[in-house]
Amino acid sequence: MTTRLFGEAVQRREDPRLLTGGGRYLDDLGSGALEAAFVRSPHAHARIRDIDVSAALDVDGLVAIYTWEDLPERVGRPLPLLIPHPALTHGRTAYPLARDVVRHVGEPVVMVVARDRYLAEDACGLIEVDYEPLKPVVGLEEAVQGAQLVHEDVPGNVGAHLVQEVPSRTGRSAREAIEASPHTLAFRLDIERSASMPLEGRGVYARWDGSDLRVYTSTQTSTSVRMAVAAALGLPLPHVEVIAPDVGGGFGVKIVHPWPEEILVPWAAMRLGQEVKWTEDRREHFISSAHERGQVQHVRVGFDDDGVVNGLDVTILHDHGAYTPYGIIVPIITSTQLLGPYRIGAYRVEFSAVYTNTVQVTPYRGAGRPQAVFCMERTMDKIARYLGKDRTEVRAANFIGPDEFPYDQGMTFQDGRPLIYDSGDYPTMLRMIKELIGWDDFEPAEHRGIGIGCYVEGTGVGPYEGGHVQITSDGRVHVSTGLTSQGQGHETVFAQIAATELGVPIERISVVTGDTRRFGYAVGTFASRAAVMSGNAIALACRKVREKALRIAAEALEADPGDLEIADGLVHVVGTPSASIPLSTVAVLANPLRYAFDEETAKATQFSGTASPDKPPVAEGDEPGLEGRDYYSPIRSTFAAGMHAAIVETDPLTAEIKVLRYAVVHDCGRLINPMIVEGQIHGGVAQGIGGALYERMVYDGHGQLLNASFMDFLMPYVTEIPHIETAHLETPSPLNPLGIKGAGEAGVIPVSAVIAGAIEDAEGIEIDRMPISPSELFDLRNLAGQDAQTPCDDREP
Amino acid sequence: MKPPPFEHHAPRELGEALDVLAEVGPRGKVLAGGQSLIPMLNMRLAAPEHLVDINRIASLATVEPSTEGVTVGALARHSQVERLAGHPLLRQALRLVAHPVIRNRGTVVGSLVHADPAAELPAVLALLGGSVRLARLEGLREVGAAEFFVGPMESAVQPGELAVSAYFPSLPPRSGTAFREVARRHGDYALAGVCAVVTLDDDLHITAARVACVSVGPVPVVVDVGGLCERRPASTVDWAAVARAVREETEPEGDIHASAAYRLQLVGVLAEQALKDAAREAAGPWGSDPVGT
Repeated sequence: MTTRLFGEAVQRREDPRLLTGGGRYLDDLGSGALEAAFVRSPHAHARIRDIDVSAALDVDGLVAIYTWEDLPERVGRPLPLLIPHPALTHGRTAYPLARDVVRHVGEPVVMVVARDRYLAEDACGLIEVDYEPLKPVVGLEEAVQGAQLVHEDVPGNVGAHLVQEVPSRTGRSAREAIEASPHTLAFRLDIERSASMPLEGRGVYARWDGSDLRVYTSTQTSTSVRMAVAAALGLPLPHVEVIAPDVGGGFGVKIVHPWPEEILVPWAAMRLGQEVKWTEDRREHFISSAHERGQVQHVRVGFDDDGVVNGLDVTILHDHGAYTPYGIIVPIITSTQLLGPYRIGAYRVEFSAVYTNTVQVTPYRGAGRPQAVFCMERTMDKIARYLGKDRTEVRAANFIGPDEFPYDQGMTFQDGRPLIYDSGDYPTMLRMIKELIGWDDFEPAEHRGIGIGCYVEGTGVGPYEGGHVQITSDGRVHVSTGLTSQGQGHETVFAQIAATELGVPIERISVVTGDTRRFGYAVGTFASRAAVMSGNAIALACRKVREKALRIAAEALEADPGDLEIADGLVHVVGTPSASIPLSTVAVLANPLRYAFDEETAKATQFSGTASPDKPPVAEGDEPGLEGRDYYSPIRSTFAAGMHAAIVETDPLTAEIKVLRYAVVHDCGRLINPMIVEGQIHGGVAQGIGGALYERMVYDGHGQLLNASFMDFLMPYVTEIPHIETAHLETPSPLNPLGIKGAGEAGVIPVSAVIAGAIEDAEGIEIDRMPISPSELFDLRNLAGQDAQTPCDDREP
Repeated sequence: MKPPPFEHHAPRELGEALDVLAEVGPRGKVLAGGQSLIPMLNMRLAAPEHLVDINRIASLATVEPSTEGVTVGALARHSQVERLAGHPLLRQALRLVAHPVIRNRGTVVGSLVHADPAAELPAVLALLGGSVRLARLEGLREVGAAEFFVGPMESAVQPGELAVSAYFPSLPPRSGTAFREVARRHGDYALAGVCAVVTLDDDLHITAARVACVSVGPVPVVVDVGGLCERRPASTVDWAAVARAVREETEPEGDIHASAAYRLQLVGVLAEQALKDAAREAAGPWGSDPVGT
């Protein structure tokens, strides 16, 4: 097999294991452990008066019951606010167990540990919590009126307020630019809540041996959980190991840490001196983890006769739920990524992060961008409609040109660094998507419409990732990196990178991720960053190993290192294939030995005659072994982009919405594995269609989540997802050695905007709220019918 | 999401099952396919002290077609009935029930007893005027569909009773059937659904036409529209008037997936489509375009 694998559609090496039941997920571990269950608040907002556990004490197999009062001071502190920001003036996080007030249905109040989960749930059912119900705050507009407060000390329920202004090149503010424009529009947009919905929920399993703690957790960041657990439990870091086993999906929710259970389960294991495990069930995932998406946006835009935007002014109410453990990353991303591929004259964006008595909001795949793109792309569609122009023409009139990179959007991105696009070619991409979907040939027909959406995604945020590569004396290559995997295909793409860099067949390469025993320094898997960050770090580490291998091989072959190359695991002199030495032997030579235990290692022992008697066995400044470690730390994010288009059909009688075709053009720089990128796109588009047509979190006025199960939270099945047509454009990133950009979140980002545009085109009714169901489309048709005599738009002349 | 404690009974004979049911009375629940009961137990929405698991009673796993109708035993799975019943409407309905994996476990009789007004099979039984046979220690009783469905999730089965079989009558010659529904996703419970049967005479004039509607009332709503068809050929029936008549008999409620008004719209649309489909099927190869457009 060739060792030049970068860019090839190599089959996923993890799939045989994962698809035949060989995966080891959290709940597959710890079969003998005690199990935990939680009493969770049935109220959206209430004061805890009393907790009576007496009836539960009779449950056979009960081991322990803990309330907040049982927790030591360190453990009982509010959970950390992971990403502070100067604008987050009123950041609030939950206690691991509710202290006196519960602020959303599902907040943990009591922890029960028992012989098994059945008994733990039996005991939970017998614990009586006396609540004094308080009036819940539900809905953004109600919340900002501030009549009721989620947190007593947060006036108006606003946790953060941030304004960013980018004046025009002539120094005009967005509002001035809008006033001076020949045409203006003003409108309101709504996006409802959805959530990461990994097939495997969260879960924690902890073992304490009296001095060392080992924690398995279904997380997107094992190194950070390790630091958080060590801090909360007062343990020295070297005595804590955290391992992410196979993780059945994350989509953002598992980057949040430490979850209450990630502190409480290890703490209970230490206190009880027994293994303890907790596996989240689906209802817990709905009401006790995190949601995203909910925003109300008020938009004003001013533009000229060609549709060129002179000024854009967006005010966002962002529903943050009850707490802000992940800071205000989501609304920051919405407000900074809103401009997409466009050069907007002047921009003003303002958001309020608003507390409500609902599940907290943290990033979910797309992380604020679907809302941003919905806003920008609806704006483009409305401008085109107003001017009577083709929607792609208006977009093209606003694109950043291919010769304008690096392009500074004039804002601060989520990594705290300037928002500078590194590369891209938006006009080419538009041409490709129009060809792929057949935009110019589309025959307009009643109840059949076409839509388009464009986005730019900042990917590969810092601060860093690392890679460690070791070649052992059997010729195998062991790659490890600290960030975690949730099924993305890291075992394949990181091996492709190593195979290409080292000239080793992929079969001899193994990859380990997310295990702090193997690699202790890492940030985590989020923000479409794994390939960019760990991919480059592994490439750099491989280059170090390669350099050392060539140096050692050069000595053995009595050649110049510059004349050597590696292919199929053999180092040989260029042009003289017979003069070669296998990497396995190089690995042996790299590690001078006293003891032999097989034929290979015997070659490195003191009487083998391979080493010069005049030099120390390990040269000064050198290290034994054929291994290397390196880190990649980018100056700033790299910006991927994409354009999607869809054709939808609506049923004139039943208002059912069918996606007939869905096309994607995607640019994530150089492709490591086009098949895996396409898989990421397919999964993302499927989630996007879920968010556009099916999924929502239905809260009633009491703050009860009415659809907290897969019966009523409608994730699309494969039967609801159309065939997805894809094409790739490759504009390499100049920022990193491999020239790559992230691809993980891309697919989900523009889907609501695309589908809204297509439905609008099919129906002639403005679609300003997503998701949309057939029942809602039916209502919109009726409203449009009633208003047929009077123009219903809210355009300003 | 683990069930509360229960005692599991696994009788091998019908008599044994009836003994246990008589003993545990209202404290017991019958477990057949478990496609509704197990989730309810796991979510602790139901907490019966006794589960009477009938899965080992082989004599209940029967599907017996005859010229008069098909008798389906309490353990016959949806997929088995779909294959063996030889009843066109049952087959049409079962294809709309959830997904193959669920149909391989779930039972037809279990679905009837569960009496979900959004389910397809109660509507089929109601449309056909079938019946359910209930056994208890003291003996048997046969309950017609009209009396069997009492309310949402409520059937005529009493504590101590086991529904041993359901009987779906065959249709007269030159009859056609159809099942139309709108669901949010493939295999979901219908937002609204209509099954229809239409019978023609030798001249292809409609002699009988009935529908049963799903998800638009507390129990399946059966509407006889034969009179409105006025013994006409399907192509000249005033279908809009028929749809209106069906709508008037239903009382849909709104929920998080669909408003009442939308369901009312759907039931009219689906009734017209299902009746036309059924008329087309009844005409078979004789009528080239019996329905008109």
